[in-house]
Amino acid sequence: MAKENNCSFAGSEYILEVEHLRKCFPLKKTLTGKVTSELVAVDDVSFRLKAGETLGIVGESGCGKTTLGRTILKLHEANGGRIIFDGRDITSLKSSEMRELRRQMQIIFQDPYSSLPPRSTVGGILSEPVSVHKIVPKEQIKDYVLTLMDKCGLRDYYYERYPHEFSGGQRQRICIARALSVNPKLVVCDEPVSALDVSIQAQIINLLKKLQEEMNLTYLFISHDLSVVKFISDKIGVMYLGNIVEYGDKKDIFARPLHPYTKALFSAIPYPDPAVKMNRMVLKGDIPSPANPPKGCRFHTRCPYAKPICAEVTPEYKEHETGHFAACHLLEE
Amino acid sequence: MKKETSISKASATKGYLTGKEIRAIAKANKREINRLEKYKNRRAKLSEFTSEMKNDGNILEIEDLHTYFFTEQGVVKAVNGVSFDVPKNATVGIVGESGCGKSVTSMSVMRLIQGPQGQIYSGSIRFSGAGDNEVYDIAKMPVHEIHRIRGKQIAMIFQEPMTSLNPVFTIGQQLDEVSFIHFPDVTEDDARAKSMEMLNLVGIAMPERVYKAFPHELSGGMRQRVMIAMALVGNPRLIIADEPTTALDVTIQAQILDLLRELKDKIDGSILLITHDLGIIAEMADYVVVMYAGRVIEKGTVEEIFHNPMHPYTIGLQRSKPTLDSDSDTLFNIPGNVPNPINMPDHCYFKERCDRCTAKCSGDYPDMIQVSPTHFVACHLWGKEEQNG
Repeated sequence: MAKENNCSFAGSEYILEVEHLRKCFPLKKTLTGKVTSELVAVDDVSFRLKAGETLGIVGESGCGKTTLGRTILKLHEANGGRIIFDGRDITSLKSSEMRELRRQMQIIFQDPYSSLPPRSTVGGILSEPVSVHKIVPKEQIKDYVLTLMDKCGLRDYYYERYPHEFSGGQRQRICIARALSVNPKLVVCDEPVSALDVSIQAQIINLLKKLQEEMNLTYLFISHDLSVVKFISDKIGVMYLGNIVEYGDKKDIFARPLHPYTKALFSAIPYPDPAVKMNRMVLKGDIPSPANPPKGCRFHTRCPYAKPICAEVTPEYKEHETGHFAACHLLEE
Repeated sequence: MKKETSISKASATKGYLTGKEIRAIAKANKREINRLEKYKNRRAKLSEFTSEMKNDGNILEIEDLHTYFFTEQGVVKAVNGVSFDVPKNATVGIVGESGCGKSVTSMSVMRLIQGPQGQIYSGSIRFSGAGDNEVYDIAKMPVHEIHRIRGKQIAMIFQEPMTSLNPVFTIGQQLDEVSFIHFPDVTEDDARAKSMEMLNLVGIAMPERVYKAFPHELSGGMRQRVMIAMALVGNPRLIIADEPTTALDVTIQAQILDLLRELKDKIDGSILLITHDLGIIAEMADYVVVMYAGRVIEKGTVEEIFHNPMHPYTIGLQRSKPTLDSDSDTLFNIPGNVPNPINMPDHCYFKERCDRCTAKCSGDYPDMIQVSPTHFVACHLWGKEEQNG
């Protein structure tokens, strides 16, 4: 089965294809280890990503966006569906087989304060992946790391310093340099700027964009901040309770949002101009618990346009305009 | 103080502190802390800490406030000469990056600065909403007098609703406690009725159930509503909201901001809103104070700050925020970082990051220049023009 897939997807223009991906976490188990209740964090998620593009995933906390990113990197084992990376089905690869692929897919974490080892110098942090994956011969490692640091806006005398000596923005640059040290193709950015100040955020976003052009990187950019996602992405996927409810080109989504949740998200962002008075669509209530999601359309409990059918039938996720997917009963008419 | 600054300047060029310098700093710190602690714990007559408002239209006037932290490496001037007013029935927003002193300013107003290292060094905070026709100077009040105001006429909403509620008491117990403390002759039934009323006011659907619940049973948005209810129990005239929505999702944030806006009219009070999000400021505030490295660099009405920003930092801050309708390819960014809070330079703190720097910027720290009756800016660029014209 796996071999067949490898053949059929080789040479495809997509670097990452995700089909009906599903990830559950067990909540309760019987004595024999049988799972009696589970939390579906990512449910039936499908998308394709071309090399050099950026897909932005937006959604509220608990919607499964981080789990999606980690499952794609196989940091979590998927419970269903397929992940095809660079023409190769990686869903059922063993961790030893993943090791070679790890070089091509990297992650930048949200919190630069906890994701750097406090006892290594910056030089040590950045050289380790290079020597583990044998990117360059041993004697060239230091030069390689120094050019990389220069590329990421780090001064060369930082080489001997420790992470605690840096501010948040500088640490995030170190994290970016570490992820890029192995020349990856795909980088999952898990909220890379949400822990930073506005003026530093802009520096990091510009850096990510510059590096993407230079190294032809593909980003999966996870964030809850729509304005940041809009700035960096080519495609956008909106998640709600484990489902992608809308997916499409950035321009299409911002010009004509189809799903009511996307509309609500857009109108909830405060606009930095006092003269503009927004006609806001405020959602009532909280996001339901993902352990016990509502039946039918998961958004119907908060949707201002909900109809009786929404509470019973799960809407189909399909293409409504070219390249613009959504799952909502209101669009069926 | 003078001796110490000379030491810290010498060490700034060296890059480290010698044992001798550390001992000198510790000695100077101990002296200052003892003096300030003694002042804080003194017995004082009412007349010693009452004052007059400069303008009767204000509920809070902060004038030349200095709040310092005495650390082993030297004095951190977290708030360094901050002055601004909060008018009655208005929302004043303080905006700035982390470490700029916006939270320390609000904590000074509440007198919640962590002692003994943190101390209000000088300045005055005049508050006129205490309801007994007195104007209290909060900065000069002894510690045991502060309960007249704190939590009653000035209430605070904190950033993290998870950590500001006590996990071992029910919501009801925690709400009732506020009544018991501030209104000594209240009965249990009255306290309960008041708590219920406040829970209703903040839009909680089932107040009976929430009253009996523990904090962990509620979602983040609900917890923040409970925090707001708790702030309202004492009938405050001034609510200080320190990043009230930073920990919440955007859709919940919209709900909480709507609620705060409604409440301001209902309680007929003022809000001091602290945030780093320019969008929230534009939407909520009537007046804006922009802070950088412990100082106010620009203040004015919300229209003045957003439509006619004058300080290069304010302009940079606005341009570096991506908006939903901007189409440019690169974001404007302010280069560099906020300077180290110890050993601040004598010249403008923003000089190293500023793209419109002139020779004058290496001189003294710029004074506040009045541009319009409400608009002030601390920058040499504008001072020159005024002198020429």
